[in-house]
Amino acid sequence: MIEIENLTRKFGDQVAVDGVSLRVEDGEVFGFLGPNGAGKTTTVRILCCLIGKTSGSARVGGYEVGKDADSMEIRKLVGLLPENVGLYNELSAFENLDFYARLYGVNEQDRRERIERFLRMLGLWEKRDVPTGVFSKGMKQKLAIARALVHNPQVLFLDEPTANLDPESSKTVREFILELKKEKRTIFLNTHNLDEAQRICDKIGILKTKLLTIGTPQQLEASLWGRKTVVQLDEVNDSIIKAVTRLGPKKIVVEDSRLVIDVVDPSKENPIIIEAIVSAGGRIQFVTERTPSLEDVYLKTVGDNR
Amino acid sequence: MKLSKSWIVASKDLKIFRKKKGVVYGVVVFPLFVAIGLPLVLRFAGARSGGIPAELLLRLLDAFSFFFIIPAATLPTVIASYSLVGEKVERSLEPLLATPITDGELLIGKIIAAFLPPIAAIFASATLFMVLIDQVTRNTLGYLYFPNWTIGVVLLLTAPLSAILSVLLNVIISSRINDVRSAQQLGTLVVLPFAGIYVSAEVGILTLDANNLLIISTVLLAIDLFLFYISRLTFRREEILTKWK
Repeated sequence: MIEIENLTRKFGDQVAVDGVSLRVEDGEVFGFLGPNGAGKTTTVRILCCLIGKTSGSARVGGYEVGKDADSMEIRKLVGLLPENVGLYNELSAFENLDFYARLYGVNEQDRRERIERFLRMLGLWEKRDVPTGVFSKGMKQKLAIARALVHNPQVLFLDEPTANLDPESSKTVREFILELKKEKRTIFLNTHNLDEAQRICDKIGILKTKLLTIGTPQQLEASLWGRKTVVQLDEVNDSIIKAVTRLGPKKIVVEDSRLVIDVVDPSKENPIIIEAIVSAGGRIQFVTERTPSLEDVYLKTVGDNR
Repeated sequence: MKLSKSWIVASKDLKIFRKKKGVVYGVVVFPLFVAIGLPLVLRFAGARSGGIPAELLLRLLDAFSFFFIIPAATLPTVIASYSLVGEKVERSLEPLLATPITDGELLIGKIIAAFLPPIAAIFASATLFMVLIDQVTRNTLGYLYFPNWTIGVVLLLTAPLSAILSVLLNVIISSRINDVRSAQQLGTLVVLPFAGIYVSAEVGILTLDANNLLIISTVLLAIDLFLFYISRLTFRREEILTKWK
């Protein structure tokens, strides 16, 4: 659905996006992570045909980004939630959505049905005739998402959809995105919120002008370090460490009364490790696996590329 | 280019203007003041001096007709600045530009929105002005002075072309200005050449008859075409999103 090949965008001498290549499949939720100024918004603007690219190629829904004849088709195909919601404060929620639906050429009956559906889904139906100038940030954000959907786009670009929202509004927006995911829409999500990315996205890319890494959340987590088994003991002594060391060339770290052991296949290795520790007189409280969080991956990846 | 899309943008802007009382008053008050104020001035001046001589009255009436060009040149500034700088301030341009509308359709929509209300206000007030003036001057002149060619050229050519000039100038100004009031203040400078023409008429350098107004309108048309070309260059998605300050 979205294919990007060596995409580059420069503003004067400054490179905003540098040779990015990635692919987002139909119905996939792709999370684009990266610090401020990493080029996430620029990439989205290029893909929505709002600004041009310097070099490389990109296709959205089979249409070529940057080709005049295809730009209009891409705009019909995509819905955009920009970083700043940009609603018309004097117009009501209904009027805001109706204006955009008309621009997309949605007929009157479909307009009414869709606007009602989305406003009800987002809990804004009762406020449909209220000018959006008096809406809270969360309400505005929800309305802007509805605006991006009013023409029933197959591809959605959401730029920081939960930025500056309170936890309750963030939850509503996240749940709404998950609803959209169930509808098999392709979603391109720019976010700083790692927890959100982990919960929602099928695939994640970390960008810092260049695409630093890409994969499923599980792949990224596994890529940071291998698997680790954590054994919590009453106390750790030399005989226990020697007993585990004798099992093979494993990296063992002692953290207070805890052993952190690198493993390749926990289902086979853990019972042997436990047996060795018990034989050495160790009293085990519990055994668990330590996995890196997406935050660990993000900080390591971005930190390594400073 | 689909004008229906331009009209969707224009009607949205017009709906917003109707909800901004300051804009409505700004557009209505000045033309109404000209329409009612000038006939009243003539009536009271005539009453005090025992009647204005017909020759002076004719000169005054032609000059009064020209007064409708002033609001045509200034009032679109009020609206255009809200329409363009307002969108910029509210950051509503990006979602708008993401829709399947061409830059030209959007620009035309903005021009229509800024053009229609002042022109409607000017036409309505000019009609009232002509009725009142005819009432006041009928006895002195012995005939109905309005409508005539001069006001016809003013209303159908000079005023609309002045309004378009004002809107286009505002499009260009809006690309560099981030504040509605500054855009309005800069935009109103467009009145200066028209004030110059009026003063020239008052000191006898030129007469504001239909022929001269046709020449002025032709010059305005040429300026409008040039400004439209510049506006098209300024009003491009990429420019708006990356270079508009």
